[in-house]
Amino acid sequence: MHSHAETIPPDAAPPRLELRGITKRFPGCLANDHVDLILKPGEIHALLGENGAGKSTLVKMIYGVLHADSGVMLWQGKETTVPNPAGARKLGIGMVFQHFSLFDTLTVTENIALGLDEAGPMEALAERIRTVSERYGLALDPARHVFHLSVGERQRVEIVRCLLQDPKLLIMDEPTSVLTPQEAAKLFETLRRLAAEGCTILYISHKLEEIRALCSRATVLRAGKVVGACDPRQETARGLAEMMMGAELAIPERPPQAQAGAPRLSVRHLSTTSANPFATNLKDVSFEVRAGEILGIAGVAGNGQAELMAALSGETLIADATSVVIEGTAAGQLGPRARRALGLAFVPEERLGRGAVPELSLSENALLSGYAREPLVRGGMVHFARARAYAETIIKGFNVVAHGHRAEARSLSGGNLQKFIIGREILQRPKLLVVGQPTWGVDAGAAAAIHKALIGLARSGAAVLVISQDLDELFVLSDRISVLFHGRLSDSRPTHETSVERIGLLMGGLFGTPPDEDGEIVRAV
Amino acid sequence: MSDLAILGSILAAMFAAATPLLFAALGELVVEKSGVLNLGVEGMMLVGAVCGFAVTVQTGSATTGLVVAALAGAATSSLFALLTLFLLANQVATGLALTLFGVGLSALIGQGFVGIPLEGLPKLNIPGLTDLPVVGQALFGQDILVYLAIAAVPLVHLFLYHSRAGLVLRAVGENHTAAHALGYKVLRIRFLAVLFGGAMAGLGGAFLSMDYTPMWAENMTSGRGWIALALVVFATWKPARVMLGAWLFGGVTILQLHVQGMGVEVPSQLLSMLPYLATVLVLVLISRDVARIRLNAPASLGKLFHPDA
Repeated sequence: MHSHAETIPPDAAPPRLELRGITKRFPGCLANDHVDLILKPGEIHALLGENGAGKSTLVKMIYGVLHADSGVMLWQGKETTVPNPAGARKLGIGMVFQHFSLFDTLTVTENIALGLDEAGPMEALAERIRTVSERYGLALDPARHVFHLSVGERQRVEIVRCLLQDPKLLIMDEPTSVLTPQEAAKLFETLRRLAAEGCTILYISHKLEEIRALCSRATVLRAGKVVGACDPRQETARGLAEMMMGAELAIPERPPQAQAGAPRLSVRHLSTTSANPFATNLKDVSFEVRAGEILGIAGVAGNGQAELMAALSGETLIADATSVVIEGTAAGQLGPRARRALGLAFVPEERLGRGAVPELSLSENALLSGYAREPLVRGGMVHFARARAYAETIIKGFNVVAHGHRAEARSLSGGNLQKFIIGREILQRPKLLVVGQPTWGVDAGAAAAIHKALIGLARSGAAVLVISQDLDELFVLSDRISVLFHGRLSDSRPTHETSVERIGLLMGGLFGTPPDEDGEIVRAV
Repeated sequence: MSDLAILGSILAAMFAAATPLLFAALGELVVEKSGVLNLGVEGMMLVGAVCGFAVTVQTGSATTGLVVAALAGAATSSLFALLTLFLLANQVATGLALTLFGVGLSALIGQGFVGIPLEGLPKLNIPGLTDLPVVGQALFGQDILVYLAIAAVPLVHLFLYHSRAGLVLRAVGENHTAAHALGYKVLRIRFLAVLFGGAMAGLGGAFLSMDYTPMWAENMTSGRGWIALALVVFATWKPARVMLGAWLFGGVTILQLHVQGMGVEVPSQLLSMLPYLATVLVLVLISRDVARIRLNAPASLGKLFHPDA
C-alpha cells in the first residue's frame, strides 16, 4: 500500500508497528527469514506457528531482548530500533512472557516495581496496582508473596505490570495455557476492553479455538517465514493447524473402550505432608485406573499435581504403603526403580531435568529409564550398541526430529523431546503409564501424535493416567475425568457425561456447589 | 580484677572478635543474594590483611592502610568475578582456588613484614561513658572498625530490603533469566556485588592484622573466612542473624581463652575448636526450618548465567 511513512494519506493512521524483512540467524538455524508484519492500532492479532517456527524469536526482537541481523522496524510510522526491554517499554511495548518472569520470594509490589523503570515509592505503587487491577477486574493483593499465588494470579501480576505503563502494544506469549476456562474467559474480557481502548495486542497461542474467538487477524509462521495471513474467524481450527504445519492434520480418534479390566493402580486415602512451604499437600485422595482405560486428572497447576506425580512415581515415599497399590502390590514404600519393576512407566511434566538429562545424548537418555525393562545393561556394563539401537527405534517409531541418537536432549524442541520421552516409556510395554502434561508447549502435529500413542497404549491393555491442565486434551484422551483442587480429588465422571464448563467449575473449586445466579465463580482461597 | 571487670573485658573482647567475621559475612551475604557463591572469602581476607598491614607500616597511615586493604580485597575478588561471570568458570572450584591463591599471595607479600609490631587503631574514649562498669568498655571503648561493622548490619538490611538497587540485586539472585528478560544487567550487578564482598572481606582481614592482633603472620585468619561463609548460610541470609552468629563466635572465642587462662585441665586444642563448633551447632539448630531457608535462599545461587542462552 505504501513504502514510506510520508506517503501515508492523512486520514489513515500509520500502523502501530510494522516489521519489514526481519531476519535473525542463530548458529545452525535461520530463526526468522525476511518476516513482514503489520499491527494496526486496537486490533488483536494472532501470531501462529508450530514449535520452532520462530514466533518467540520474533517477539523477543520486538521487545528488545534479541536484535535482528537485518530488517526494519517502524513504530507508529517511524523507523525505530529497540536496544533493550527498557527501550521497548519506553515506546509503549509491554510483554507477558510464557514462562512468567516473576520472582517467587518477592511480593507482588516488588515484582511489579522491577518491571517499571520509574517505580516510585512502594506505598504509592501498591495503591496504583490496586486501582488498575480493580479497573480491569484483575483482583490482586499487592502485599502477598508471589509463591502464594495461583498461576492465574501470577499472570495477573504480569498483566498489571504491563498495564501500569499504558502500553500501546501488548505481547502475550501463550497466556492461557495455564488457566482454567473461566479464568481464560475473564482474560479475554480484559483483552477486548484493552483493544477497545486502542491498545494493540499481539497474541501467541497454540489453542486455535481461542484464537478464532479472540483475534481478528492472524499471521502464520512456518520455519521462520511468513507463509500466510488470514482472518481466523473465517477459518476452522483444523484449517489453521494445517496452515501452520503445511500438511494435513491427523486428529486421533478414541475408539470406544471395550471392557475396563482389573485395576492396575489403586490409590486409597493418600495424604501427604511436605516440608516445602510452596507445596500443596494431598488430602485423602482415592482413585483407581483399570487396564485398558485412560483416566484424566484436570486441575490448575499448583493444586497438588506435582505432589501426586511424586507420590505415584516413588520420588516421595508414603508412610502407609497400602495407599498406593500397583498391580496388587502395596508400593507406597517402594522407590522409583522398584515401581518400574512392577510395570509402572512414568513421564514427568518437566521434560528437561526430570524426564531427560539435558546434557546427555538421546541414547544415554534412552538408557536411563529403559535399562529397567530392556536388556541394555549386561553384568553392570552398558551395552552401548543396544542402547543406540533402542534410541534409534524410538526416534523412528515416534517421528522424533533430531540429529540421530547422538543429539543432546536439550537440542530438541519441546515437542520432539516429549515424543522421545513418551516413546521411550511406551516401548517398554508398561502395564501402567503415568503422564504429566503430555503436550504442554507442544504444537498441534506433535500433540496429535502423542495423543494417538497414548490412546493406542491404553487400547492395547495398559492403564494410563494423564494429569493435565489442558481440558481439550483431557476430553480427547480420557475415558473418565477427575479434578484436583487444593490437594483434594473429585469423584471421576465418564467423559461423555460431563462438559468442559462442568469440569472448569470443579477446577475453580466448586466441588458440589453450583455457581451463583450470575454464574460468578467463587474461589475458595 | 573483680568479676565485674572480667565480665566487662570479656564483653569488650567479644565485640572485637566478632568484627572480622561480621565484615566478611555481610559482604558474602550481599554476594550470595546476587546469586554468586564465592568460596574465596578466606583468601580475600588474607590479602586484605597483609596489604593493609604493609601499607600502614610503610606510610604510617592506618586510614590509607584500611582503604588499600578494601581495594586489595576487591581486586582479588575481581579475579574471581572475571573467571566465573565472564569466562563461566565453575564458582565452587574458582572460589576454592581463590582461597589457595590468597594464602600464597599474602605469604609472598608479607615475607618482609613478619614480626613487625604495629600500634593498632585508636580506641574511642568518652569520659564518663567509657568508664561505666561492665558495658562501658564494650559499648564506648572500641575502635572505628568495630562500630563500622555493626553499622553495616542495618545498612546492608536497608539496602537489600528498602532500596530499589537492593530489590534488583535480590531479583537477580532469585531468577537471573527473568531479571535479564526485564532488561537488568545481570553480570554487571553481580560483578559489583562480588567487588563489594571482596572489599568487606579485605576490611575484615585488615581488622585482624592492624588491630585485633596488630602484626602479620601467615594464615592469620585461621579459618574465619570459612566461618563467615557458614554464618551466611546458617543465618538464612539475614543480616541481623549474621550479627548474632558473629557475636556468638566472638563470645565463645573469648570465653575459651579465659578458660585456658584459668588453667582448666582440658587440652587447649579442644578449647580452640569450641568457637567453631558452637557457632556451627547453634546456627544449624536455629536454621533447621526448611521453610525459612527456601524463602530466603537465593534460588540462582551458584548457577552460571549466560545472557544468550
